[in-house]
Formats: sequence, C-alpha cells, structure tokens
Amino acid sequence: MKAVKQLRDCYDVLIIGGGPAGLAAARAAWNDGARQVLIIERDSVPGGILNQCIHNGFGLHYFHEELTGPEYAGRCLDELADTGVELLLNTMVLSLDELPQEPGREALGGLLPEPVQESLSPDLLTGRPPHRVFAASPELGSVCIKSRAVILAMGCRERSRGAIQIPGTRPAGVLTAGAAQRYVNLEGWQIGRRVVILGSGDIGLIMARRLTLEGARVLACVELMPYSSGLLRNLVQCLDDFGIPLLLSHTVTDIRGRRRLTGVTVSQVDENRQPVSGSEQDFDCDALLLSVGLLPENELTRAAHIPLDPRTRGAYVYENMETASAGVFACGNVAHVHDLVDYVSEESQRAGQAAAAYARGQGISGRAIPIQHGSGILYTVPQSIHIKAAGDGQADRDAAYNLFFRVTRPQQQVRIALYDGDRCLKRWTKPSVAPGEMERLKLPQTLLKDCGSGSLTLTLEHPAVKEATANA
Amino acid sequence: MFDCTIIGCGITGAAAAYLLSHYDLKLLVLEASNDVANGSTKANSAILHAGFDPEPGSLMARANVRGVEMAAEICRRLDVPRLNCGALVLAFSPDDLHTIRELYARGLANAVPGLRLLSAVEARQLEPYLADTVTGALLAPSSSIVDPWEYALAMTETAVKNGLVLALGRGVREIKLPDAAAGKDYFELTDSQGQRHQSRYVINAAGVHSDQVHAMIGGHNFRIHPVRGQYFLLDKNAGHTCRHTLFQCPTAAGKGVLVSPTVHGNLIIGPDAEAVADPDNTATTAEALEYVRRMALRSLNNIPFGENIRNFAGVRAQSDRPDFIVEASPQSPRFINLAGIKSPGLSAAPAIAEMALDLLAQAGLALKRRADYDDSRRRIRFRYLTPAQQSELIAADPRYGHVVCRCETITEGEIVAALHGPVPPRSLDAVKRHCNAGSGRCQGSFCGPRIHEIIARELGLPYDAVTQNEDGSYIVTEPTKGNSDKGVTV
Repeated sequence: MKAVKQLRDCYDVLIIGGGPAGLAAARAAWNDGARQVLIIERDSVPGGILNQCIHNGFGLHYFHEELTGPEYAGRCLDELADTGVELLLNTMVLSLDELPQEPGREALGGLLPEPVQESLSPDLLTGRPPHRVFAASPELGSVCIKSRAVILAMGCRERSRGAIQIPGTRPAGVLTAGAAQRYVNLEGWQIGRRVVILGSGDIGLIMARRLTLEGARVLACVELMPYSSGLLRNLVQCLDDFGIPLLLSHTVTDIRGRRRLTGVTVSQVDENRQPVSGSEQDFDCDALLLSVGLLPENELTRAAHIPLDPRTRGAYVYENMETASAGVFACGNVAHVHDLVDYVSEESQRAGQAAAAYARGQGISGRAIPIQHGSGILYTVPQSIHIKAAGDGQADRDAAYNLFFRVTRPQQQVRIALYDGDRCLKRWTKPSVAPGEMERLKLPQTLLKDCGSGSLTLTLEHPAVKEATANA
Repeated sequence: MFDCTIIGCGITGAAAAYLLSHYDLKLLVLEASNDVANGSTKANSAILHAGFDPEPGSLMARANVRGVEMAAEICRRLDVPRLNCGALVLAFSPDDLHTIRELYARGLANAVPGLRLLSAVEARQLEPYLADTVTGALLAPSSSIVDPWEYALAMTETAVKNGLVLALGRGVREIKLPDAAAGKDYFELTDSQGQRHQSRYVINAAGVHSDQVHAMIGGHNFRIHPVRGQYFLLDKNAGHTCRHTLFQCPTAAGKGVLVSPTVHGNLIIGPDAEAVADPDNTATTAEALEYVRRMALRSLNNIPFGENIRNFAGVRAQSDRPDFIVEASPQSPRFINLAGIKSPGLSAAPAIAEMALDLLAQAGLALKRRADYDDSRRRIRFRYLTPAQQSELIAADPRYGHVVCRCETITEGEIVAALHGPVPPRSLDAVKRHCNAGSGRCQGSFCGPRIHEIIARELGLPYDAVTQNEDGSYIVTEPTKGNSDKGVTV
C-alpha cells in the first residue's frame, strides 16, 4: 500500500472509507486484478472505529484468533502491505455524481429520479461514464476524482439523544457511548464518576466494563426492550462479571442538572414501550451514556439519489453488493449494521471483487428478483438477487448466495423457510434467534435456478409467530 | 468611564450595541453568560415576522415592521443567513377563517406588504402536504427566517471590531444610581466577578432577568413572567417538508405551534407556551413535546418526527404589560429599560435599539456619528464555495481542507477563525453557534472530541477546562489511568 503522490486520471475502484469494510474491499479488488485502487479516508490513520475499540473479541471468524480492534485493523493493513493500493488520508468526500437510471434496475427500490445531464464520455472498459467523487483535503484541495467503480464503505454513526427524545435539561455529561469511548480510549480522559447507560447495545455494554475498569461506578444499564440487543457474551463479560444491573423494559424519562448532569429518572415501560407512572426511580449520576442504536451513514448515498431501504437504512443491494446505481457498491455498516466486524470483512470482500469485475466490464447478469420479508424477518441483505439461467457459465454448482438477515424479536426453536411464491424451497432450523445477532444463510445457486414466481420470501415459522399473525 | 453600558447581549442588547457603536462613544456590554445570544435569542422560532399579528398602533406593531426592514439590510451587510420564505397562517374552521381575515386587516393597518387571503386549493398549491382539514390561509410573502444567534453575533462582532468592550461571564450584581451630591455623575455597576464599572448611561437588555436588574436601582414598575416554549428540530432530510413558515391562528397564549424550514435547511416545530417560575428553566417535558407534536400534525400530516435531532426549550421574557417596554426608568432618565421583549422580539430588535438611541439622546447623550466606522463582516462558509474557491482557500490555509464536522461540512479553518474572531467562543456549544460545527444530525457525537481538542489548543486552555456550554459544564472529569498528561493541554 502506498500514499498518494498524484491522483490518477481514472481509477478502477475508488473506496470511500478506510475502516474494516474499505480495507477488505481494497484487498479483494486488488486480488481480483484491479490495479488502480484508491481508498479515501477522512481520518489521519486508517482503521476507522476499530482504533478506539481496544477491547478484544474481534477476528474469531475471519482471522481465526481473538484480536483487539486496533490489532484487527493492523491485520487488515498487513494484508494490503504487498499491494499497490493507494491510500488518501485526511480527505473528506463531499459528494458523488448522480448517474442516469440504468434500465432493468427497478428491482432495487423503484426508479431513480430523472437523470442529470451527463457530460463525461463512456469509459472503454465499462461502456459507461466513470463516476465522479468530489473530495477535499489539506494537501490536494478540493478535487474531482474519477473511477470506474465506487465502493461506499462509510460505516455508521450513533443515534443521539434527539432521536429518542429524552425530556429534561441539556447539561454536559450526556453523550453517546462512542464519543465516551473516544474520550476514554484515545484522548485519555474519564467522562464521569457515577454513570448510567441507556441501551444495552454492544458499545454500551463494552463501555460499562471500560468505565468500571477506569474507576467509575456504573449504576445501571437501562434497556427499553424486554431483551438486550447486545451479544450474549458481552452481557456476561461486561455486566454480569462486574455486578452491573441490567434493567430490561426500562427507559430514562428525565434528565436533570443545569451545567453538568446531576441525575436521571428511570421508569419501567409497558408493552407499548410507554413509561409506567409510579415506577420512577432516581439515580444520582454525573454521566449518561447513550447506546441506542446505529444508523448507516448514507448522506452521500442519499444526496446521489441512490435508493435506500428504510429497514436497513442502507442502499438496496444485489448479492454482489452493487446498489441501484451501476458501478456503485456498498459494504459494511453503511449497507446495514453488522454485529461482528468479521462479517463486515467477509461482505466487503465480495463488494471489492464485484467492483473489480465491473471495472473490467464484467457486470452482473441474470434475472433480478427481490427477496420479500415474511413474518418475523426485519430485513435481508441483499434485498435482491440475480437468478442465473440454467446452462449459464456463471451458475456454478457449488456457488451460493450469502444472505444476511435480522429477526424482529428473540425466539427459540425457530424454522426459517424460503418460499418461491407458495412453494417452499428450503427450511433451516435454529435453536434461537435474536435481533441483536445477525443471522446468515448460504443459498446454493442450484436451489434457486428454477425459481419461477419472480419473488422469493424469507419467513420464520414458529407457533408464536403464526399466532401473532393471526391476531394481526 | 463608559458613556453607556448595555446589560445583556441577547438580540436586543446586541442590536443596541451595534447601533450605538456607530457613534463616538465608549461602550461596555456586560453579559452574564460566557457567550452572546445564549438565552432566549438562541431558543426561539427564528422568524422575522411580517407584522400582521401585533395590535395596530402598538409599539410592538411599529417595532416589528420597522425591525424586519432594518434586519434585511443588516443581514445583507453583516453576512447573516436570512431567507425570505414567506408564511401561511392556516385556518381549520369558520372561526379561524374569521381570524385570518382580521389578521389580514391588521396587517394592512400595520403596512405589511403583499398580504393575500388564499382558498384551501390555493394554499395547497403552495404547500402540497397541508392537512385535509385546512380550509383557507393568509399568505404573508414578506415573512422571513434568520439564523438568530448569528444575527446577534454579527452585530456584536461588528461593535467589538469598532471598539466596544464586551465582558462575557459577567452578570451585574449591583448598580448604584448617580449621586450628584457626592459628585458622582455616573452609575456604578459591580459585576459578578466583583469588578466595578462607571457608566453615564445604562441600557437594561437583560431579557428574562430584566426586572431583577431594574430592581437593583429600586425600579419595580414591571415584572417578567417567563413563558417557556418547547421545540423539535428535525434533520435536513426533513427540511423540505414545507417551504413556507406555517402558522396556526394565534390565541391569547401566543402565536401557536408553527412548522418552518430553517436557514440551515432543517425543519423546526414548536413552541407551546407554559408559564414557568424560574426564568432559567429551559428543560423539556414529555407532555409539552407531545402537545407540540399533536398540534403540528394538524398543519401537516406527514411530519417525519423520526428525523428529530434535538429538542430544546426557550423562555420568552413576557412582562405584566401587553406591549414591549421601551422607556426610561422612573428612577433615572439615563437608565433605559428594554424589557418584556417577547415575540416578535427577534424581528423588532434593531427598531427597539433605534428607539433606545432616541431615549438616550433625549436624556442628554451626545450622538456623534463616527467617520471611521467599519460596518462590514464576512464569514467563510466552506460548504457553499465552488470547488475552485475551496481549492484556493485550502492552498492559502490547509486547515480549510480538513473537514471536522462531517454532518455540516465545517472545516478546521472555520473553527479556528471563529476561535480567533472578535467574539471568541469558549465552549463546544458556542463553537456550534459561531460556525455550525456540531449542529448537524449527529449533534457532535462524532466531532465533539475533535472540536474539544481544537478549542483547548487554540485558546491555550487545559483539556479539562473546555466546557459544553456555560462555565461549570465540564465534559471530562479526570485523566484515565494511563494518561501521563495529567491536565496538560494536548
């Protein structure tokens, strides 16, 4: 990997974001033959959020050993060491070109808006004009960079207090878990002495342990839902091991303190997630950490009018992670929020490979059909897949689609079923599923080659679900 | 010895400071907060009202219409974001239709330009997402929106650039009236840090605290009854939900809940009106926010409240009199009260300041125009520049190539420029008001620690001395175990 001295006329693959997604995509694009690969990273170092995740637990699936966040990032960088991938640091992408509607892409979230006037001439390899990415950096100024393929790997951001509308005063000491993590792990400053954490997502749980180790007292972890959205191992290792109570079906209903936080009120919530009057308990605390969900960072995507799935809040993508805009791919947390970075790396490899193929003029082919969500399924990624015609050279007997999905609520002993119209193609069983854990399926291409209804449906089959559907 | 001291640097104090600084005077502003515009001025609907609402002939009516006329010129000259988006007052019932006809007549009496009564069909042509229950509307094309804190900041900065002394973090603790017998022809003001200031004239623009300030010289002829209003601020994704400011018919309690775009491209929704005992009580409550949400959905049925990025509350300085109070104190003709400046105070501010100048002149203050006055202000806004302009700027100062706030595309160069400007921000929230860094959808959760570091570096403050907003709103408590810096600036 090398630093950029001078920008090239046109890249094969340009990657926005140098976190785990961008780094894995770059490696895969290089391996697949792309030789002009550029990563644009806004920070002064690559690695993204991994740099502040100093705890362990990363890499078990992808590198087959347990690593800390910075170690995981280091491994991703090591994999790029012997490549010619270029890295542009301290550079912020400001916008992407809007491209004309590609015919046949209606499966991905409907029609794109009216095409903008396109002034660039088509590229010889892809047959389409290159994408333009506008960026600014202290060294280069404000520049337009052209590339045949673009990979969106911007990651996600945290939901903040406004998103959940906690009433009360607005003092210092109320901050997102990620901001607290940066203060403690990178800046070297503690953010409070008596802490309440709202949300039992993984970052909140990790921070409960981290702040405790730094000498703070974590009074409680408060979760709105009747179950935690964090990984089981984090519940055990970060709360139970330190005796930190987890208050399920509770939320923060008041914030006090004019300058610095002096306390919060925590209330129980009913089945409609509304506070139960009379259940209030007050905590004297000087910090409230919010770990109330992550949102894919798709402002560039939205501004470029690439259709977004309201469920994932990421772009609609095909199995090769290509969005509705031909030659623009999305992977990692910008496509959908993952539970493990290992799956980010794996998914991003596919995007990198597909982007390299696109840059060579080998686009995806086949008939695109959407995957509908049946009962109990929150979302799937990809949202749509290409069915290879029988006898198509690409329809490899061993090839499979990787399907990620999340469920709407925790359940035991479920059957997951895939339907082609009314016909069940396959069933899988799982001892348990939970919204906090991403589920994965491999769908063999051979299973789908005769798919005839034009739409697939993934659904959970479970007595409780059937009952709920009947009531609804 | 100062010629005039202004107490309070909200929009009213800032306008007075700005107009007075055009004259050959020694001026002092005492502001209790560590930043300007940190009270009612930062937490309101940000509207420059057309002027159809106040009772014809009232001070409020005159000041409103004159004030927005002056605002257009001041905003243009001092580079303050202002957008003439127009407003609709929506009617939902025969009573409301009657009310908007009354407002129309009142507007004509107040000389508001361009007013028109619209049918429901015409209103829907302007605003396609209006609720089905809308039966008609009053269109006020001259209604505008403004960045209220930049408006106050721009006027203060210009005054400071021209020699006015701005003392931040200094409220007034005590005021002694001039004592001719003792040969003291001036007020003696003691600030919250114990320092004494002598001033021949005083303007009381202390907002929700103006009655307390007046009481320091024994004045008790008005009282402030603070009224709190709560708001939602939605993400820019929701900024196009409507194009005009959408009012509902005013009631005795106020102008009602509005929905409006902001000059920054967000959507603002609010306020309610609730009497509060404590003038500094800006807490939000679940009940009031629910009320605001319900009322707003009467106007537009597609407001995406899921895009909310911040709730806030502001306290209006309502007094026990129906009109603005712009008058000399009975205790001294040289002590001018600018009090009870509720809505439309933001619209009226420069006109109120103009009236204050007249009162000061009547009381004997000599107003001699300065020939050397620098009546200009320019701010670099990176995101609105063309790529060529951006490159030129970055070549001259590479810090403009470093985008710190990703939601609003604010560069390190802009933050540093604000920190070394005529009125330096000293907290994260002040930086947000002065250059918009941290005001976007992530509300500083990403850029907050980075801006924290820049403030400490540029102002030479210890890392743990940087605050969220007011003094005492510290962000970090102590160094972590491995941090050897121990309170030393990074």
